[in-house]
Amino acid sequence: MRLTRAMEIVDATARPRLSPHVRLVFNAARGEYALLSPETIWTINATGAAIVELCDATRTLAEIEAELRGQYDQVAYGDIQRFVAGLVTKHGMEVKHG
Amino acid sequence: MDRPYGLLAELTYACPLKCGYCSNPLQLDDYRDELSTEEWKRVFAEAAELGVLQLHLSGGEPLQRHDIVELVRSANQLGLYTNLITSGLGLSRRRAAELREAGLDHVQLSIQSDERSLSDDIAGTPSFARKQIVAQQVKDLGWPLTLNVVLHRLNIDRIGGIIAMAEAMHADRIELANTQYAGWAGLNLPELLPSREQLNHAEVVVREARERLAESMEIIYVVPDYYSKYPKPCMDGWASRQFTVVPNGDALPCPAAHELALGHGLPAANVREHSLGWIWEQAPLFQQFRGDSWMPDPCRSCDRKEIDFGGCRCQAFALTGDAARTDPVCHLSPDHGLIEAAVATANDPSRPAGGTLIPRMAMGRPNRATNVTPRRTTGIPVQLSPTILREKA
Repeated sequence: MRLTRAMEIVDATARPRLSPHVRLVFNAARGEYALLSPETIWTINATGAAIVELCDATRTLAEIEAELRGQYDQVAYGDIQRFVAGLVTKHGMEVKHG
Repeated sequence: MDRPYGLLAELTYACPLKCGYCSNPLQLDDYRDELSTEEWKRVFAEAAELGVLQLHLSGGEPLQRHDIVELVRSANQLGLYTNLITSGLGLSRRRAAELREAGLDHVQLSIQSDERSLSDDIAGTPSFARKQIVAQQVKDLGWPLTLNVVLHRLNIDRIGGIIAMAEAMHADRIELANTQYAGWAGLNLPELLPSREQLNHAEVVVREARERLAESMEIIYVVPDYYSKYPKPCMDGWASRQFTVVPNGDALPCPAAHELALGHGLPAANVREHSLGWIWEQAPLFQQFRGDSWMPDPCRSCDRKEIDFGGCRCQAFALTGDAARTDPVCHLSPDHGLIEAAVATANDPSRPAGGTLIPRMAMGRPNRATNVTPRRTTGIPVQLSPTILREKA
């Protein structure tokens, strides 16, 4: 899927979650977070992990943003949307609406 | 030096299938002295300590190991992402449930075509019907399903039907990768390498399917590198992101490096004698082609050397007898004529359609140690894929 298409799908009402084959881990040996899938590993920073932990298929993107505002001083909605959409294009995340 | 992300554990070279495109080495009987359950568990623990995140359990057929459930459980407890790469033969409903309970994350099921007779012919044994049942079991147990179809001259024209079969199985992913001509597959190269016309057709079908199925199924498609201008970034660089441990405990930077190690007289790096940490950091076989100091020209002065790392060392060795040469796939390689000749043969209009593969010769009965071999400690101690998304804080 192209990023432009994913950006359309991942709107404020979208409820994202990791794809069934993807798992978030914190690896102590490396001191970093990673998303694991059968053939690919995405290393992500702590902010990325904070987003992923809120992507549980029940929260909307708008709700995720609101929760992150409670944790961080600066939260850019566009960055969250782009992060999620980027993973959707790579089949690392899925979104539901409604 | 980076830490490895992935470990490919080839648990056994025993396999009920006889696929002519098998990439395992020619002399399987050299690998019958298999690691014990306890030895594999120690390897997994050392791998996790080294920073490995992803464990691919393969073979041969990994389900031929009676201890597969115990091995998965141990890897899962170490926090490793476990991926079973299987023909499906040996995955009974009960065993599948046991593996699910033990924490197996993902199943990658091979199938040879979308038609029973062709699939069974390529596999060299009746297996198509069983694989259909296994695909259903995988979905029933709530696992994501990746279907893995090795493409070649004899099945690539079926690609539309193969994708339709994957859709009907509700596969989450399908890998359609053309054969790598390593190990046994090298013997069958002329019968495996598709023609340009076949590849053009396949590409059209894949493009259409990707548009249509964008949201339901991920389609991975890999063309034979013989048709590329530049070589593939094999393993993302030698001993850079992942490595393999083969059934007898030899550790290899690439799953096809068995013959290369012997041919260059490099001592085996065996997990029975060394820690994984020592092997990764110091074993001569791992050091040999790490970085770019080994590179000849045209690689040494090429601005793509950080992109494709000189291509595949095993392919260079298989084709030229010297693993330190530029991968002949590269159009700049002095040995590129070897590739051009193979491509010309694949596109010879006078060739009859069809063909037959030399079936993979099976391994003798494995010799599995039941007692633990003590290790002499000598030191201190993850297709991974080019799509690694690295986000820095």
